[in-house]
Amino acid sequence: MVKPDTARLKRRILRHWQLYLIVLLPTIFLITFNYVPMLGVQIAFKEFSPVKGIWGSPWVGGKQFNMFFTSPFFWPVIRNTLLLSVYALLIGTPAAILLALAMNEVPSQRFKKVVQMTTYAPYFISTVVLVGIINIVLSPSTGIYGQFAHLFGIDQAYDILGQPKAFSSLYVWSGVWQETGYGAVIYLASLANINPELHEASKIDGASRLERIIHIDLPAIRPTIIVLLILSVGGLLSVGFEKVFLLQNMINLETSEVISTYVYKIGLVNTNFSFAVAVGLFNSIVGFILIFSTNLLARRYSDSSLF
Amino acid sequence: MNHAIRIRESWEDRLLLTIVYVALGLVTIAVAYPIIFIISSSFSSSSAVMGGKVWFLPVEPTLYGYSAVFKYKQIWTGYLNSIFYTGVGSTLSVALTIMMAYPISRKTFVGRNIFVWLLLFAMLFSGGLIPYYLVVRNLHLLGTAWAMILPGALSIFSVIVAKTFFQSSIPNDLYEAAQIDGCTDAGFLFRVVLFLSKPVIAVLFLWSAVGNWNSYFNALIFLNDASKYPLQLVLREILVVNNVDTSSMSLSAEQLKHFEDMKTLLKYSVIVISSIPVLILYPFIQKYFVQGVMVGAIKE
Repeated sequence: MVKPDTARLKRRILRHWQLYLIVLLPTIFLITFNYVPMLGVQIAFKEFSPVKGIWGSPWVGGKQFNMFFTSPFFWPVIRNTLLLSVYALLIGTPAAILLALAMNEVPSQRFKKVVQMTTYAPYFISTVVLVGIINIVLSPSTGIYGQFAHLFGIDQAYDILGQPKAFSSLYVWSGVWQETGYGAVIYLASLANINPELHEASKIDGASRLERIIHIDLPAIRPTIIVLLILSVGGLLSVGFEKVFLLQNMINLETSEVISTYVYKIGLVNTNFSFAVAVGLFNSIVGFILIFSTNLLARRYSDSSLF
Repeated sequence: MNHAIRIRESWEDRLLLTIVYVALGLVTIAVAYPIIFIISSSFSSSSAVMGGKVWFLPVEPTLYGYSAVFKYKQIWTGYLNSIFYTGVGSTLSVALTIMMAYPISRKTFVGRNIFVWLLLFAMLFSGGLIPYYLVVRNLHLLGTAWAMILPGALSIFSVIVAKTFFQSSIPNDLYEAAQIDGCTDAGFLFRVVLFLSKPVIAVLFLWSAVGNWNSYFNALIFLNDASKYPLQLVLREILVVNNVDTSSMSLSAEQLKHFEDMKTLLKYSVIVISSIPVLILYPFIQKYFVQGVMVGAIKE
């Protein structure tokens, strides 16, 4: 850099000193709670001892990772995590798109509003309350589910909550109940942006409703679908802790233990910090590879991508 | 275009529309029914609930479940704690968001790209649970109310939404005009930007408030003293762990006899009571969340 330039730069910075003062406090937060933890990742390669601290603990290389890869929990945990997230993705995305497409077809504004307000509401229910509702509603003795079973003459209703096999469906479909209305909003917005002349013109050409949905509506929301898909694929290995943890019990543990709950138990319950960080780091690396490769694919085979 | 082209709908199209109506109707009922069931049950007698007699409306209406909630001290402690954490936490969060988003939305801010990259990088990478926990522990925040307020205060996603809003809806000319009139950078933020940004501030506040009100995870890992628990952690004990602590309720012998009944009803009423704040705000929340989703969806 040439000298006069630096001088000018200095003047520009000084003239806007207030902006730097304003940005100082949030930057301290960003560094403390986002960047300092990143430094802590090194304990995945160390034998963490609370006395010596993060920096003083001795290096042990890939020992923790080896322990994880050879542990009997490795495959079940990975399998459960992938199964839950792929299942949720395959059901959740089409559900939101279908709801948006259906609402878009309805001519009655009032009906549309009622549907939207109702399907949107569960999004604001807390995870704890959601799991409470699941437990209550699906109870074979006192829940709606049990009552309906009785109505159809089944005395001893199948206990969904006590079945390891049912865990993934329970997780995914309760998510559909809670999030589809919210998920549909963004698709509805892109549907509203479609030029109405396109629809008019195709009506004159004799296109049916279904044909217009397939040839006009779907292509219009394709970029949105792709961007949201990339984001979800990146999160495939980080199934949210909150709901899984609350839905877990001793009976369904074999199908409900996922990476995040495993890290929590190893790390905070058993205080084996190094091992837990190694598991978490493995999780982020795979997630990172997934998001970048999906993005690459999306950029190559379609015109939309995330970055 | 008042005379929109009217072509008689074919039977195919009418069939499809009918299917759409029926499907949407069923979906709406399926979403609403569990909620109606819980609300009605909370106002019913425990024998009606246990006997499976509640289908739609309350049966043998009573406020017994609610009186149980009123006697349960832990719920009220949790309620007050949650109000405090939500109020202080969301205010701080919105303040930090604006303080970060405003400077980096200004073209004259040298180094804005560095900040944008710092934010994007932090969005993609994180240290994970344990390093995060260790930071909070090393700051001696464990077990204090600060642990509920400080660690999650800066939301990067909110910063990006706010920055996009500032850039797209506060014209640079306005800034230049204010500057000529002698307005400083901070003055411009307080006198102009804040007033023109009410919708986005509302969105950010609601996001943060709903998030704070519904969260239990930070409390689970950072708190150990029941007197500091937020409502959601108390709810977890009652609804998920199925652990109702009667010692704080000062029940008579008569009431203790009906303890099991009360425990059942308590679950229904506590769900309703804990959701009331969000329910009252729902019309506003819905409107602003839809706007927020749109702003957040804008790709630069």
